[in-house]
Amino acid sequence: MPGFIFRRLLATIPVLVMVAIIVFSMLRLTPGDPAAIIAGDSASPGQLEAIRTQLGLDQPILTQFLIWSGNLLRGDLGRSFFFKTDVTTLIGQRLEPTLSLALLTMAITLAVSIPLGVIAASRQGSLTDRLIMGFAVMGFSVPVFVIGYALIYLFAVELKWLPVQGYADLADGLWPWLERLILPSLTLSVIYIALIARIARTSVLEVLGQDHVRTARAKGVSRTGVLVHHALRNAAIPIVTVIGLGVGLLIGGVVVTESVFNIPGLGRLTVDAVLSRDFPTIQAIVLLFSVVYVLINLVVDISYVFLDPRIRY
Amino acid sequence: MSMAGIRVRNIAGAALTGALVLGQTVAAHAESTLRVVMHSDLKITDPIWTTAYISRDYGYMVFDTLFALDADLNVRPQMVGDYSVSDDGLTYSFTLRDGLMFHDGEPVISLDAVNSIERWMHKDVMGQKLFEFTDRFEIVDDNTFELHLKEPYGLVLLSLAKPSSNVPFIMPARMAKTPGDAQIEEFIGSGPFVFESGEWEPGNKAVFTKFEDYVPRDEPPSWAAGGKVVNVDRVEWLSMPDQQTQVTALAEGEIDVLEQMPHDLLPLLEGEDDITVWSPNPLGYQYMFRMNWLLPPFDNQQVRQAAIAALNQEDFLKAAIGNPDYYEVCGAMFVCDTTFATDAGSDLLVTSHFERSRELLAEAGYDGAPVVLLHSTDLAVLSNLAPVAKQLLERGGFTVDMQSMDWQTLVSRRSNKGPVGEGGWNALMTAWVAADILNPISTAGINASCEDAWFGWPCDQELEELRDAFARETDLEVQKELATAIQERALEVVTHGYTGQYYVPMAYRSDRVEGLVPGPATYFWNVRKNGE
Amino acid sequence: MLWGGGVLGLMVLIAVAAPWLGTVDPQLIDPAARNAMPWTQGEITAEASESVPFTFRFGTDSLGRDVYSRTLYGARVSLIIGAAVTTLAIALGLIVGLLAGSIGWFDAIVMRVLDGLMAIPPILLALALVALWGSGLWTVILAIAIPEFPRVVRLVRAVTLTLSAEPYVQAAMALGVPLSRRLWRHILPGTLPALIVQGSYIAASAILIEAILSFLGIGIPPEIPTWGNIMAQGRTLFRVFPHNILFPGLFLSLTILAINVMGDGLRDELDPRLARAI
Repeated sequence: MPGFIFRRLLATIPVLVMVAIIVFSMLRLTPGDPAAIIAGDSASPGQLEAIRTQLGLDQPILTQFLIWSGNLLRGDLGRSFFFKTDVTTLIGQRLEPTLSLALLTMAITLAVSIPLGVIAASRQGSLTDRLIMGFAVMGFSVPVFVIGYALIYLFAVELKWLPVQGYADLADGLWPWLERLILPSLTLSVIYIALIARIARTSVLEVLGQDHVRTARAKGVSRTGVLVHHALRNAAIPIVTVIGLGVGLLIGGVVVTESVFNIPGLGRLTVDAVLSRDFPTIQAIVLLFSVVYVLINLVVDISYVFLDPRIRY
Repeated sequence: MSMAGIRVRNIAGAALTGALVLGQTVAAHAESTLRVVMHSDLKITDPIWTTAYISRDYGYMVFDTLFALDADLNVRPQMVGDYSVSDDGLTYSFTLRDGLMFHDGEPVISLDAVNSIERWMHKDVMGQKLFEFTDRFEIVDDNTFELHLKEPYGLVLLSLAKPSSNVPFIMPARMAKTPGDAQIEEFIGSGPFVFESGEWEPGNKAVFTKFEDYVPRDEPPSWAAGGKVVNVDRVEWLSMPDQQTQVTALAEGEIDVLEQMPHDLLPLLEGEDDITVWSPNPLGYQYMFRMNWLLPPFDNQQVRQAAIAALNQEDFLKAAIGNPDYYEVCGAMFVCDTTFATDAGSDLLVTSHFERSRELLAEAGYDGAPVVLLHSTDLAVLSNLAPVAKQLLERGGFTVDMQSMDWQTLVSRRSNKGPVGEGGWNALMTAWVAADILNPISTAGINASCEDAWFGWPCDQELEELRDAFARETDLEVQKELATAIQERALEVVTHGYTGQYYVPMAYRSDRVEGLVPGPATYFWNVRKNGE
Repeated sequence: MLWGGGVLGLMVLIAVAAPWLGTVDPQLIDPAARNAMPWTQGEITAEASESVPFTFRFGTDSLGRDVYSRTLYGARVSLIIGAAVTTLAIALGLIVGLLAGSIGWFDAIVMRVLDGLMAIPPILLALALVALWGSGLWTVILAIAIPEFPRVVRLVRAVTLTLSAEPYVQAAMALGVPLSRRLWRHILPGTLPALIVQGSYIAASAILIEAILSFLGIGIPPEIPTWGNIMAQGRTLFRVFPHNILFPGLFLSLTILAINVMGDGLRDELDPRLARAI
C-alpha cells in the first residue's frame, strides 16, 4: 500500500505543475504589461522597473516561469500591492477562520446528509423520500447569499439566538468561536447536504438492489442492520468521492459566505483582492485553493483502500 | 524631562479638566475596548500621501498637530505652547509645549515639526499656497522655530490648523523626510493613541492603544483643539463590508460605534432606545460633479456649462441620501451658513435647465461623442450619484457612457490624464468634507492651475489671480467680495458642479459610550466606555 | 420534468415579452419615487415633461427604478447568460472532447491541461478571470464557461472512447472512412443524450454563478439588470426593503429549480446508465 500512496502522490505532481502554469499564464496571456498590472496605476517608472526585475520580465518566458515557481517553492508568494505586505503573511492571518468554517461545515454536512440519504433510500417513493429529495433540489437552486440572509434574519435578528456576524479566535474560547460559526456553517452546508444526500440515496438504493443484500435481508437480518452493515458500507466510496469533488463547491461557497457573515478569512481576502485587482494575491489564493483541492482528492483516493477491503492496489 | 515628571504632569492635567476625571478612575481598572466600524478599511497609513479620510482619521489617532480649529472655527494652539507674530507679519515664532513625546520615547523637537510641515506643504493644496509665501524655516532651538515669509499672508495659522485632508500632522523627522511620492513606512507619532502595527490585519481590523505618556492640554476638547484625554485602553477599528451587518452588529451590541450610519437603514434603529444617532460633523459634506478639462467634450466651456445646466441638486440628494432631514439644496460653493457662503451665479447649477443645456450644446457644436462617466459602485454615499448624472445629462442632450468600478479603481483611474481610449475619463462624482472647502484656498475643486490642479485639471488664469488676491487680503469684508467673485468665475468657466450638501449620521451605543467629540473628522479621545 | 419545462418556458416567454408586460424602461431613475414598497401607486416620468400614473408592482429600488420592470428585463440577461455559457461550454467541450477521444497525442496534452483547469475551483477561476479581463457581458460569459467546459470534454471523451471500440466504428475505420466523417456519423449522436443532460446542469450553474459574481460586485456592470445585479444592489436594504432580494431571488430560484428538475427528468429518460452513475 505505501507503493500505491507513493504512486498517487507522484500522479498529483503533473496536475499541480499544470495549475501553476495556468495561474502563471493568467497574467501573461492578458494584453498589457504584467508589471504595470501588478504595480497598479499610480506606480512610478522606477517602481515599474523594480517589479520587472523582481519578476524577471526581461528574461525568456521559461526562465520567468522557473524564477516564479522557485519563489513559490520557497514559500514566497509575492507581495500584495494593495495590502502592502507579503502575500504569505496575509494568507497566514486569514487561514484560521476559513479552516474553522470549512471543517464545521463538513461536520454538519456529514451529520445531516448521510442519515437523510439513507432514510430517503429506505423509504423510496414515500412522502419522506419526496420531501428529502425536494429539499435536495431546492438546496441546489437557492443562492448561498439568499440562504445566508434568511438565516441571519431568522436566528440572529428575530430570535436573537446567535450573533449576526464576525469571527472569534478559537484561542478566545470555544463558545465565542462556535456561536459565530454556526450560522455561516449552516448556510454553507445547505448546498453540500443537498449534494451528498442525493448521492447517498442513490448509492444506498443501488446497493440495496444487489444480490448479497437481498440475501442478507432474506436470511432475516433486520432492515436497519442491512442498511448499516451492507448498504452504507458499500455506498461509502461514491459518497467519499463526491465529498472530495464537492470541495470545489465548498471553496466557492466560502467566498460568498465570508462576505455575508463578515468573517475575516481567505474568502473575504479573495473578494477584496479581486475588487482591488490585487493580482499577486489573487494568483496566490487560486494556487492555494487548487492545491488544497487536489490534495483532498488525493486523500479521498487513498481512503478507498480503507473503506473497501476489496480494493487492493 | 524625566518620565516621572511627565506622569506627574499628566495627572495634574487630568485633575484640572475637572468633570472629565469622574468615572475615569473607575473605568481605568478594567481593560476597556471601544469597538468601532469606520467608513472604510484602513489601507494607507500616510495621511500626507493620500487625502483618504480613513487615513486622516488614522492620523488624528497617531499624530498630533501644531494648531487646531475649534468648534467656533477659531485657530487654537495644540502642540504649540506659545507663538508670536512679528509686527510686519513676516515672522512667526512657535514654541512647542513641554512633555511632547513620540511613541518610541524620543522627545518632539523643532526639527520634527519643520520637516513634517515641509513635507505637507508639497502635497496639500493649502500647504502649497503657504509654500508660495514661505521664505524659510529657522530652527532656534529644540523647542522653538520660526517661519519667515516673503510677504504677509493671512492664512498661515488657518493652514497649520487645517482640520481635514491633508492635515499637517507632526511626525518624527526621519519619517517626514520620506519623499512626497513615497509612503511613510513607520507608525510612530506623538498623538494620544499608539498604533499596534503587529495586530493590524488589513481588510479586517486596526488596533490602537492609549499612549500613556501623552500630555493633554488643560482645556476641554473642541473639534481637534483642546485636551485630548484618552479614557479607553483600546480602540479597535473593525472592517465590515456589508452595511446591514454593520447596523445589526450595533443593534446587537457587538460594536459600540458605527461612524457612518447608512441613511436608508435608519428605520432599523427605530425603537432601539440604547442607540443614539447624531451628526458629529455639523457642516456636513458636499457632492461634486467633476469634468476633465483636458479631453473633449469638456475642454469646451459651453459644453461644461451645458452639463451644469442639465444637473440639479435635489435629484442627487434624493437618490443618494433620501431622507430630507439629512440633506440641503445649497447654492453656496463654500458651504451654506459659513463665512463665505453666497449663492451668486449658481442658478444654472441648482435646478435643471434641459432646454438651456441643449442650446449650449448646439452652440458648442457638440457632436454626440459619449461622455465617459466613472461610476463607483461600492461606497453607499456615492454609488447612486453617477446613474442620476447619466440620466440628467442625457435629458440635457449628452450621450453618456457610464463605466462602473469600485472606488479604489476609480481613485487610481482619475489620475490618468490620457485620452479615453487609454484609461482616461470625462467626468466623475465624489464628495468633500465641508471643512475642506470653506474658503477659496483650501477648496481643491477651484484650483485652476492647469497641470497641478486637482484631477480634472482646470486651467484659468483669471480664477488663479482672484484666488491669489484672496490669499493676500487680510480684510474680511474684502475677502468676502473676492470669494463671491471667485465663485462666480468658477461657475462661469465651470471648474466643477457642486451638487448638494448632506450630513452623515453617526450611531453609537449610548448605554455604554459617552463623550464623543464632534468635528469634521472622527476622534476617539474624551470617549468613555461604561459597563465593561 | 413537465412542470420544470413549463416554468422554464414561462421564464423565456417573460424575457421575450418583457416590453409588453406593463413594464417601463428598467434603467429609468426617479429619485422622488425611491424605495417604494410593492404595489405602491406612483407616477413615472418617462421624459423631462410628461408624468403618467404607474403602479410599482414589486416596489422600487434605491434609485427609484421599477423592480418589476428590472426583474422581467433581468430574465433576459440571466437567461442569455445561461444559454450562452451552455452553448459555449458544450461547443468547446464537444470539439476538444471528440478530438481528444480520437487522437492520442492531442489527448495526452489536452487532458493534462484540463486536469489543471479542473483543479481550480470554478467560482475562483471565474472571479480571477473577470478581475483580469474587466467586467462586461462577454467577459462574464467566457469566465463562467471556461471552468465548465473541461467537464464536458471529459464526458465527450469517455463516450468517444467507448464508442470507438464498438465493432461498427472499428469497421468504418477499417474501410477508410475519414475521422471527421466517423465522428460526425457514429460518435456525435452517441454523445447527445449525455450532453443534453450536462447542458441543463451547466445552464443552471451559469445563472447561479452570474448571480454570485454580481452579488460580490464584479459581474455584469450594475446598470444592466440581471437577477444577480438587482439583488446585489438591494442587499444592503434587505431588512428594510426585502422586495429587492425577494422578487428577483424568487425568479432566480424558480428558474434554477425548473432547469434542475428538467435535467433530472431528461437524465432518467435519455440516459438510464448516467442516472445511476450520478
